[in-house]
Amino acid sequence: MEKKYEYGKRKYVLAGIACIIVFTYILRLFTLQLLSDDFKKNADSNALLKRMLFPARGAITDRNGKLLVYNQPAYDIMVVMKEQIGVDTVDLCNTLGITPEWYMRRMDEIRDRRRNPGYSPYTQQLFMSQLSAEEFSTFREKMFDYGGFYVQKRSIRQYSYPYAAHVLGDVGEVSLRDMEGDKYYSSGDYIGKLGVERRYEKQLRGEKGVEILLRDFRGRIKGRYQNGKFDTAPVPGKNLTLSIDLELQALGERLMTGKKGGIVAIEPSTGEILCMVSSPTYDPGMMKGRQRGANNRLLSDNPHKPLLNRAIMGLYPPGSTFKTTQALTLFQEGIVTPQTMYQCSGGFHNRGLTVKCHAHPSPISLVPSLATSCNAYYCWGLYYMFSNRQKYSSVQEAMTRWKDYVVSMGFGYCLGVDLPGEQRGMIPNAAYYDRKYRKSWNALTVISISIGQGEVSATPLQIANLGATIANRGWFITPHVVKDIQDEELDTLYTRRRYTMAGVAAYEHVVRGMRQAVLAGTCSLANTSRYEVCGKTGTAQNPHGQDHSAFMGFAPMDNPRIAICVYVENGIWGNRYGVPIGALMMEQYLTGGLSPESEATARIYEDKHLISVEDVIGKQKQ
Amino acid sequence: MSSANKSNRDQSLVSNLDWFTIFIFVVLVVMGWISICGASYDFDKGITLLDFSSRSGLQMVWIFSSLLLGAFIICVDDRWVETLSYIIYILFLALLLVTPMFAKEIKGSLSWIKIGSFSIQPAEFAKFATAIGIAKVISTFNFDLARWRDFVIVTVLLLLPMALIIRQRETGSALVYLAFFFMFYREGMAGSILFSGAAAVFYFIVGIRYADVPLWELPQVSTGEFVVLAAIHLFSVGMMWVYTSLRKPVLQTLFFGTTAYVLALLYAKYLIPFNAAWVQWAVLAATIGYLFYLAVREQLASYALIALFAIGSTGFFYSVNYVLTDVLQPHQQKRVRVLLGLEDDPKGAGYNVIQAKIAIGSGGLKGKGFLNGTQTKLKYVPEQDTDFIFCTVGEEQGFVGSSMVLLIFLTLILRLIHLAERQPLRFGRIYGYSVLSIFLFHVLINVGMVLGLTPVIGIPLPFFSYGGSSLWGFTILLFVFLRIDAARNRMQH
Repeated sequence: MEKKYEYGKRKYVLAGIACIIVFTYILRLFTLQLLSDDFKKNADSNALLKRMLFPARGAITDRNGKLLVYNQPAYDIMVVMKEQIGVDTVDLCNTLGITPEWYMRRMDEIRDRRRNPGYSPYTQQLFMSQLSAEEFSTFREKMFDYGGFYVQKRSIRQYSYPYAAHVLGDVGEVSLRDMEGDKYYSSGDYIGKLGVERRYEKQLRGEKGVEILLRDFRGRIKGRYQNGKFDTAPVPGKNLTLSIDLELQALGERLMTGKKGGIVAIEPSTGEILCMVSSPTYDPGMMKGRQRGANNRLLSDNPHKPLLNRAIMGLYPPGSTFKTTQALTLFQEGIVTPQTMYQCSGGFHNRGLTVKCHAHPSPISLVPSLATSCNAYYCWGLYYMFSNRQKYSSVQEAMTRWKDYVVSMGFGYCLGVDLPGEQRGMIPNAAYYDRKYRKSWNALTVISISIGQGEVSATPLQIANLGATIANRGWFITPHVVKDIQDEELDTLYTRRRYTMAGVAAYEHVVRGMRQAVLAGTCSLANTSRYEVCGKTGTAQNPHGQDHSAFMGFAPMDNPRIAICVYVENGIWGNRYGVPIGALMMEQYLTGGLSPESEATARIYEDKHLISVEDVIGKQKQ
Repeated sequence: MSSANKSNRDQSLVSNLDWFTIFIFVVLVVMGWISICGASYDFDKGITLLDFSSRSGLQMVWIFSSLLLGAFIICVDDRWVETLSYIIYILFLALLLVTPMFAKEIKGSLSWIKIGSFSIQPAEFAKFATAIGIAKVISTFNFDLARWRDFVIVTVLLLLPMALIIRQRETGSALVYLAFFFMFYREGMAGSILFSGAAAVFYFIVGIRYADVPLWELPQVSTGEFVVLAAIHLFSVGMMWVYTSLRKPVLQTLFFGTTAYVLALLYAKYLIPFNAAWVQWAVLAATIGYLFYLAVREQLASYALIALFAIGSTGFFYSVNYVLTDVLQPHQQKRVRVLLGLEDDPKGAGYNVIQAKIAIGSGGLKGKGFLNGTQTKLKYVPEQDTDFIFCTVGEEQGFVGSSMVLLIFLTLILRLIHLAERQPLRFGRIYGYSVLSIFLFHVLINVGMVLGLTPVIGIPLPFFSYGGSSLWGFTILLFVFLRIDAARNRMQH
């Protein structure tokens, strides 16, 4: 045996050291692996590259299947900030045709987290969007020199025809507000900005997909994460069929050349909008790609406001077209019968108040009053209604009753058309006048509302809808421009009938009046032997200049297929512009084209200009 | 007759062999192989676990050859080890000496010799040679590590291979030889030497890491400096308690010193801010003077030695500071600073450690599963199948798996302590302690490095890291000890 082990207890010290080391390390593992999520996130941002897969945006066709809006490949240039260091920026700017100032500004914008909340120096950020195939080809040749710059294939909207800009709208890069409002979007995504593109954004955009790729330490793609288990395929956007008839729309825009105003045509039985013209207009093709920003600025600076969709945003006095609502109200309320006659001696005279009228036989009853558009008849009607203390305890009550009728016919509130920005117009109520006149008012104070003047205002859409209501003899379906959404039902708002407060009998009289107006009254220009047209002119007094010219009508009288409103600002006289344009539009839609004589008329109206066409840029037609 | 004898011997060999340790060995190499499969997975080739041109396939070859090697060592009589120990030690010194002349440079290292299509690293086997050489020296009659002369002899025997390996530019492998100090401690080296070493590491890490952190929001007081000086004072008091018998001076030193520090801090905080370290210097100087006074009065060298410890500690601390700021090259300074967490440099010196931490941290509780680790598979972690193999364990097996690996290593080391302690001969025990010390040191440094706790020193994790030389080297170390252990009952016959 060797000597006695005097240091035997030291084995415990060494064993203790080993235990302390191992338990310290296990504690460390615990903090690294279980206490913090940071390393996991770090690892994911290291190794996982999420690549967005953009769906094709839905296409848009007109009611006859004509393709209006489709997609074309375009290329976005993306940049990864951490990787682009050392790129020859001068060369890059030359290749892309941008200035170094633009480059610096864009880089600052990308890095600004306030404007670009999703910014990360390690992921691709949009540098330049929507290069065409030609622009991209020069870049592609030199792409290897530009480390950190990538290309993402996108699609850009293409427009087959230069029409219906206000209905179609456009797409553009999402704004900060869009991104805050909907987490679906990230910087550089496109979103519908106006028109159908905006209103049906959710249907048109589809759903983005994502592809999770594995990226090695040099940034090279090494395959799919978990064999694509977490990838999602993009869902393509839904196609839309508009209720717009492109031919009709094109004619409308042609006829409105050089004029301000709008035309709205509605299929009465369905509420489908057949055309929606707002003039001046522009070519929707201007609002695509990289010129969008500049053109948008140009259009919004234009004094004639071509971006404004007058058909749903323009508020006009409806003038005499509004008399139909009065006839319906008076008849339904029993204030007048078909036999009731009112005196018209060149106008309405009562306690020193005069509302002028033109020459026609007097006294006059309901039907001819519509045919000749007698002001006095409707002034007397309103006067007797508002003064009837047997029926209404006060003028306020009468006023409220009156307002309810008019509102039930689609005025005073937004109709709910499927386009953004609709205005509600103005139908005054009793409270309004109580405020305005300190409760001291009567029928004479407000008499001008009976002829669609004064406080009353409406959009061309509301007036066209009034035409549809009369055509339907008492109901309408909320007007809409989208007829069909792929794989989706229309909102019941666009399929449900909304009844007015007037009965069928009242409507029959008004229809007869409007028919008389065409046969032997103010709208005789619209008469044709091919189908029975009903119409009502409007000459709306305009305190700011020339009177406005308006026409509301529908055809054929029985089983009507089109109801229309034409409104031409400063058109002087209802049948100067409103009636002939309305007649041409109805002919186009009902017969599928214009007769040679009508074509000649159309050319005349196309060339009648109330504003200088040169002022209106962008609209270049072949 | 002779065949009956032989079968008897075989039987006792089988029953005396420590199968538990062999089981742990097998578990570790299998887990190592699984980790290498994950770490060396090549995306461009797909799964190539048994393809012998891939690392996982090759490691399989190394594993089987080590099993054969282990079996061979078990079958051969153990006495050659002690008999040939000096010759083997000297042969390996010679081999280490000539290695750089024949070596092919691999990543700046001159430690690999190419034979045919394989390269071997003599330094991995030199650990075995050194272990048996030193074991033989210490086990000679009357050799006592507590004696300075004998201690110097073994230190020189240790420094020789270290120096030769440093010459091969393998500093990491050379540092492994420090592991022998654990064994020296067991064999009678003064505990104060091990303690001084630990204290030096403490001064270094705390002093540098917290040098620029103000203590108690006092800009004049450096936390690192204050804590280190306080620690020197406390260590001195502790040594007085352990090595001397008078209690009153111990309590006095402790009381006055602590009071002075606290008063200095309060004064700096509430009256006039100043560097409290001045007071600490004064206290230390007074303590050292008092210790020398006691040494003379009590005629006891221990007091003087404690005083020398305090002086040496203070000198060490300030010279480390000086070396770090004025002697080291900027890139070396940076490495030290990144390691201590003073500098954040994700793409530079700290890259490996950060990526290692990310890989391990992303494993979570249960890990991502076999071959599912993204960080290691995509090569974010450098040297991931050799020095950083523990990352793969952490990422793919999670907290559960990696803790288990550490616990298995702990079990191995504790088992080896048990085996070493039951050796009837000092040679066997010393050799056993050398083996377990080497394993412990490798685990300490390798896992600590991956976890960002110890310096980045490139040494393999035993049985896990890819490589034939290191696996064979560890196999020889372990199985020679198991063979010696299996013969422990020879004396009784």
